[in-house]
Amino acid sequence: MSGSRKLVQDMVDAGIGFVTSVPCKQLKGVLEEIDASDRIRHVPANKEDEGMGLCAGAFLGGTRPCIIMQNTALGVTVNALATLIQYYHMPLPMLISYRGEVGEPVACQVEMAVHTKAILAQLNIQTYHFHRAQDAREFPGILRHTFMSSKPTAILTDATFWGEAQ
Amino acid sequence: MNRSEVIQSLLPVLRDELVVCNIGLPSQELHMMGDQPSNFYMLGTMGLASSIGLGLALVQEARVVAIDGDGSVLTNLGTLPTIANNVADNFTLFIVDNGSYGSTGDQPTYAGRKTSLARVAEACGCERVVECDAGQAAEALQDALESNRMTIIVCKCDPGNIPVPVIEKHPVTIRDRFIQAVRRANG
Ligand SMILES: [Mg+2]
Repeated sequence: MSGSRKLVQDMVDAGIGFVTSVPCKQLKGVLEEIDASDRIRHVPANKEDEGMGLCAGAFLGGTRPCIIMQNTALGVTVNALATLIQYYHMPLPMLISYRGEVGEPVACQVEMAVHTKAILAQLNIQTYHFHRAQDAREFPGILRHTFMSSKPTAILTDATFWGEAQ
Repeated sequence: MNRSEVIQSLLPVLRDELVVCNIGLPSQELHMMGDQPSNFYMLGTMGLASSIGLGLALVQEARVVAIDGDGSVLTNLGTLPTIANNVADNFTLFIVDNGSYGSTGDQPTYAGRKTSLARVAEACGCERVVECDAGQAAEALQDALESNRMTIIVCKCDPGNIPVPVIEKHPVTIRDRFIQAVRRANG
């Protein structure tokens, strides 16, 4: 099973039924698996804070949500995380492509990579970094933890991980 | 008629609906005039009422009304293509368009100048878009709910505010009683 297929299977097994996304090329495989799944409703968003609104609505409606996005988007989601997801105590797993790490060909991506963990730490968001393919074995537990605690969590997946996980 | 009078006129139509209400004065007015557990008040996060409403409408069957403002729709304009392309026939987006950022002191918005939110919504692909005057607000909303089709209402009204207290309810209280109302609405 490909790394992407396993991650999406873990989402289904965790009861996630609603996914929103803004794409990243590292997440292409995951998004294809989500579109192939008849267990997950995929509503692409135009911006990640909009996506967090969609996820909040799905949660209020009784469906477990997940957002898929690039780490550069953390810059536009701080307010939605603090005043919507965290303020109303909503669970939100964020599956994030960690661009700008070793293996990155685009220099500008590094500019947000250096802030990624600092922003998440500033927001007190529990953060998990998948660097090796086997790190994905933690994903089911992270999802259970997210819904148990009713908080957002960040799962950062870097280029080395995707190099091994394909 | 200003926004508070429009919201007042909507109260009988909203009584049995799930309502997601925009941040600031709209939520404070709705809370003061017609609080009910099936109202979700946004206490922060400008612009996301329509997104929350759509997400809610897509995952369950009860009708959802999002009460939004022209300024908030402009700040999250990407919401309109998402709504248009993910049709939820149990969803009504009611935009109170007073041409101003009411909660911050009635600074003018572009919706009150050259930009038509109704025409933007149509251009984004929304199939049922209704523009109405403030006096027709309740009738337009009732029609939308009875149509069983996703509807965007752009209700033109005057700017201006009334004194209204802030909402002191805890966000988790608002969340929990709203989730219970969603469950009741789905039987
Ligand atoms: Mg306004």
